[in-house]
Amino acid sequence: MVKTILPLEISNASVRRRGKTLVGPVDLILAEKGFTTVIGPNGAGKTTLLRMMHGIERLSQGTVTWHGPNAEVRGRQAFVFQSPIMMRRSVRDNLTYPLTLGKTPKTEARQQAEDWAERINLKSALNRKATVLSGGERQKLAIARALIRKPDILFLDEPCSHLDGRATREIEELLQGAHEKGIRIIMSTHDMGQAKRLASEVVFILKGRIHEFSPADAFFDTPGTNEAKAFLSGDILE
Amino acid sequence: MTELFEGLKAAFLLLVRLDADLVEITLRSLQVTLSALVIASAIALPLGAILAVRRFRFRRATIAVLNALMGLPPVVVGLCVYVMFSRSGPFGVLGLLFTPTAMIIAQVIIIVPLIASIAHQSLRDLWAEYHDLLISLNTTQRQRIATLLWDGRRALLTASLAGFGRAIGEVGAIMVVGGNIDHATRVLTTAIALETGKGNFALALGLGFILIALAIAVNFAIHWLTRTEVEGRW
Ligand SMILES: Nc1ncnc2c1ncn2[C@@H]1O[C@H](COP(=O)(O)OP(=O)(O)O)[C@@H](O)[C@H]1O
Ligand SMILES: [Mg+2]
Repeated sequence: MVKTILPLEISNASVRRRGKTLVGPVDLILAEKGFTTVIGPNGAGKTTLLRMMHGIERLSQGTVTWHGPNAEVRGRQAFVFQSPIMMRRSVRDNLTYPLTLGKTPKTEARQQAEDWAERINLKSALNRKATVLSGGERQKLAIARALIRKPDILFLDEPCSHLDGRATREIEELLQGAHEKGIRIIMSTHDMGQAKRLASEVVFILKGRIHEFSPADAFFDTPGTNEAKAFLSGDILE
Repeated sequence: MTELFEGLKAAFLLLVRLDADLVEITLRSLQVTLSALVIASAIALPLGAILAVRRFRFRRATIAVLNALMGLPPVVVGLCVYVMFSRSGPFGVLGLLFTPTAMIIAQVIIIVPLIASIAHQSLRDLWAEYHDLLISLNTTQRQRIATLLWDGRRALLTASLAGFGRAIGEVGAIMVVGGNIDHATRVLTTAIALETGKGNFALALGLGFILIALAIAVNFAIHWLTRTEVEGRW
């Protein structure tokens, strides 16, 4: 077992569907440490880029290479989708589900579920059906369920896009905590404030092409391209 | 109208007397249909899940065939089973013709397409909901199927109940393969057909009311069982 499946190396990778290039060609190396945000207008290809990195979007060309054997790398990544997918089970069973897929003993899985429920303030809801939770609770549950297998890297696709300020803050704290524990995070967002608060580096994507990939401070202080400047100043980019 | 009333009276009398013949054929009806239901569900529910999850070459064709088979005339199924199990047929040596086993086989063939079709429809929706998550978690085909069957169990129960409803009321196929033999293969539906033929309308109606009551009772029992589960767990 390798220590971490990072760095991630993407080389000349594209996703085309029905003759249209959605993303690419992309060349990118994600280092072992960091909190990356992917920003760009709607339809720019943020979701597709994340899915492509995670390996759930078929590549039309190029390669996405993790550091480790193929059989191992998928189990050490986790993905939180834009609208959280709640299994029709209790909160507890949602949390234990990824663990029960592996060889974790049942009592151990339940213990971890309770620990996580405590951390996301859902301890009293453990027996409640996950599908009746509020939007913020669902997203916290989805993140906890993603973190419970202790991934090396966590992908999040606009995790706070439907949430109010309080829920957003809770989720940001959760993510910061995970980052401090050494989990590599890559998150798309169109909330610039959130990107500034969390990111150590920024990927700026427009029409499927990566226009900038730079440290967060540099990106927000002195964006290198006109498109990024326009986007940061609030102009509408087609 | 008087016949309906006579029928109700006959049903009532049969019930209060706990008529031995009535008890026997009612139990046989239940035994045959519940056996067929268990076997058919064991085949059809996983089949529905596989059709929802896997992309194989003849998937669409399989679904089309399954939907077509739902409309299969039971009496033709009975005839085919008869030919297969008659003395000169390929399974003749088993000596199953005119036994409850043959009736169970015919009913299984009749309700598998129905249960599988309904199961497939609801599991397909559930799969659309779960797809990204289960792919992301790198689940095996087996884990995906098990997850759908478990999380979709309420809808699957409805599918099975539809199968039960069809099987308990079925008469054509089991008449052909069972032969309606007294104390051997007579069930409620074949007894009703027999009594009607003999002109015993009151008795036939009485048996009919008992059949309806049975079907409703089983439905209620199963719904009640799942309701308690819902309240207990959530
Ligand atoms: N499966 C698909 N087939 C065709 N077009 C798609 C598909 N998925 C996404 N797209 C298109 O690709 C573009 C990028 O989408 P997406 O990655 O979702 O952007 P973002 O997440 O930045 O809003 C959009 O124009 C979208 O309509
Ligand atoms: Mg998106």
